[in-house]
Amino acid sequence: MAAPRAPLHLVMPVWNRGTRGIRGLSRAVALEGSQKKGRSLLQFLADRFYDVQALREYLLQKQVLKVHQKNRPFTYIKERFGPHAAGAYFILKQGGAVKFQGKEWIRSDAHGHFSLDFLKFQAVPVEAVDASGCAINYQGLDSLLALKELQSLWLQRCPHVDDWCLGRLHPLANSLQELSLAGCPRISERGLASLHHLRNLRRLDISDLPAVSNPGLTRILVEEMLPSCQVLGADWAQGLPSGPEEQSQDRASPIPA
Amino acid sequence: MLRRALQLGLGRGLLGRGLLGRGLGTHRGGSTLDQNGKVSEIKKKIQSVLPGGAWNPPYDTSYLPPEHSDVVIVGGGVIGLSVAYWLKRLEKPRGAIRVLVVERDHTYSQASTALSVGGIRQQFSVPENIQLSLFSVEFLRNINEYLAVVDDPPLDIQFNPSGYLLLASEKGAAVMESNVKVQRQEGAKVCLMSPEQLRNKFPWINTEGVALASYGMEYEGWFDPWCLLQGLRRKVQSMGVLFCHGEVTRFVSSSSHTETTSGEEVTLKRIHEVHVKIDRSLEYQPVECALVINAAGAWSGQIAELAGVGKGPPGTLQGTKLPVERRKRYVYLWHCPQGPGLETPFIVDASGAYFRREGLGNNYLGGCSPTEEEEPDPGNLEVDHDFFQDKVWPPLAQRVPAFETLKVRSAWAGYYDYNTFDQNGVVGPHPLVVNMYFATGFSGHGLQQAPAVGRAVAEMVLDGHFQTINLSPFHFSRFYLGEKVQEHNII
Repeated sequence: MAAPRAPLHLVMPVWNRGTRGIRGLSRAVALEGSQKKGRSLLQFLADRFYDVQALREYLLQKQVLKVHQKNRPFTYIKERFGPHAAGAYFILKQGGAVKFQGKEWIRSDAHGHFSLDFLKFQAVPVEAVDASGCAINYQGLDSLLALKELQSLWLQRCPHVDDWCLGRLHPLANSLQELSLAGCPRISERGLASLHHLRNLRRLDISDLPAVSNPGLTRILVEEMLPSCQVLGADWAQGLPSGPEEQSQDRASPIPA
Repeated sequence: MLRRALQLGLGRGLLGRGLLGRGLGTHRGGSTLDQNGKVSEIKKKIQSVLPGGAWNPPYDTSYLPPEHSDVVIVGGGVIGLSVAYWLKRLEKPRGAIRVLVVERDHTYSQASTALSVGGIRQQFSVPENIQLSLFSVEFLRNINEYLAVVDDPPLDIQFNPSGYLLLASEKGAAVMESNVKVQRQEGAKVCLMSPEQLRNKFPWINTEGVALASYGMEYEGWFDPWCLLQGLRRKVQSMGVLFCHGEVTRFVSSSSHTETTSGEEVTLKRIHEVHVKIDRSLEYQPVECALVINAAGAWSGQIAELAGVGKGPPGTLQGTKLPVERRKRYVYLWHCPQGPGLETPFIVDASGAYFRREGLGNNYLGGCSPTEEEEPDPGNLEVDHDFFQDKVWPPLAQRVPAFETLKVRSAWAGYYDYNTFDQNGVVGPHPLVVNMYFATGFSGHGLQQAPAVGRAVAEMVLDGHFQTINLSPFHFSRFYLGEKVQEHNII
């Protein structure tokens, strides 16, 4: 008969509950054998929920700081060698490539090293920048916007370039002729709307933008917005229902066409 | 009636998440337990009544607010949540302050935030407004750093960086130029355009009657206010702020009489308790508090009256009411197939009518502020479609000829927390009701200033003075002293 003994059993756990709080409550539930080891690790982590949360927030902050560090401005180089050299140094440090006017492309090698010869070029403007895959963000664009005679800018597959960055490109309107944004995960049609400042743009690549909601329609609207620019990118028929199959289905239906 | 909310449930953040509260709550369904379970239930109840144990009320009180709270924020819109966020973010040490947000309508069906058009601009004439807007837009740009919650998806506020285009006639051109000068000094990127430049850039505008235009190049545009609201709500809940679904019906305060240096008698009031009435019930909970923040938006005037602001002979500081009232504004959504394209900024005409692009399908949102004589009755949120025909469509069709053929798709109405004195916000404590702080009266630009205003109020509460942006021109006493902080262009 469990009833007479029940009060004795119950007094102890209740007392424990009062003194040990949550842990007492959870241990009062009987844990079955096989998953005990896994359960106790999970239990350990669950007991220290806020510590785990703080650790995760710290790791996230570290990642964010890493991107910020990559996008810091190089003010010393800017003052000593000029804005073009500073912009080139910034891009090369990120792992991109730079082309000065009248010179060859300068690229950093697999280990991230590059020659510093370009620092000797006095006031030779940077003509083209290939920043594909670089971790350039809104802050980092400061270095690029100082390149007043930039003609060609490639920002393919940059993970941190978003609509806010596109809103910032208008100082390059006089010289920029080619812009490539293919594969950037954060760019949407809202950022593309701010490209109309770039009146001299002749080639624009907006293919493979996953965040754009309607690629075909966006391409048509961008073409209308920039009449003298050739827009590469989504096929305008993308997203439209395919023609012939639809018509044959209509004929089969009883409603007269 | 001795009623305390779950005492353990008031612990710092831990049970703000309801861990233990839920755990104990599950033991309430007594009928399904066996004999052992029933006995343990009775045992627990006896233990809780006897001294020495935790007090667990025998019925569910999780819908009631706590009995004590350091700060009570009246109003859970974007301003109230922003104040809660910054209070929790700037407090030292962590978890020092208990904040309660009281919101009457959790669906936000009449809240100005949810019904807002969502524009943000720096083209103001008062420097403080420009600074507030600049900080807010930087907050929005870094929103995923500020409002990140572990394991939740990042926020996408859908910002359109298309800028604002303000048009001025001959009369307003000089004012616009001086405004742009102030804006540039504060760091906003605005350019002035002549009618010819305007025609080159936007060929679909009819520049007749336009003498000057100012165009914001960066950091201006529009975004999704609902996303900001939900993001703030989620973050603020994760920081341990308590929410209550109820209405503030009474303030219990005490007065003390003192003399000023010139010998006048002054009555200072201090609010001790806030009575929060639960929705659809007569039940109320008196919440003892140290501070009350009035962020009730369009209903701030009523909350201030409850606190005794304005009860006195007119012309004195005691008799100065909070001049914030509800004003109804209409927003119309129309479709115009030949309308302006993707590059359309948020255009504000010299006549006061405005519109912006909405989406990719040639849809546009717009409206107009009515004059004082035509103010609609703010009793309900019914839309007057004749207002569009008479007051909104003609100036827009004159400005953009393509709008002569359009079809209105839908419309809605929302409230402005309209400051009848000078159409700018009221921020800071009341001089006589010493522990009531205002964060209201923004007259249509509250959403775009919300993050910065929240930070300013939190600084005022925690440090006693403004640290980053000085909002002392927005103090309540200007209503008594008659010093207007007039903005030269509001929508």
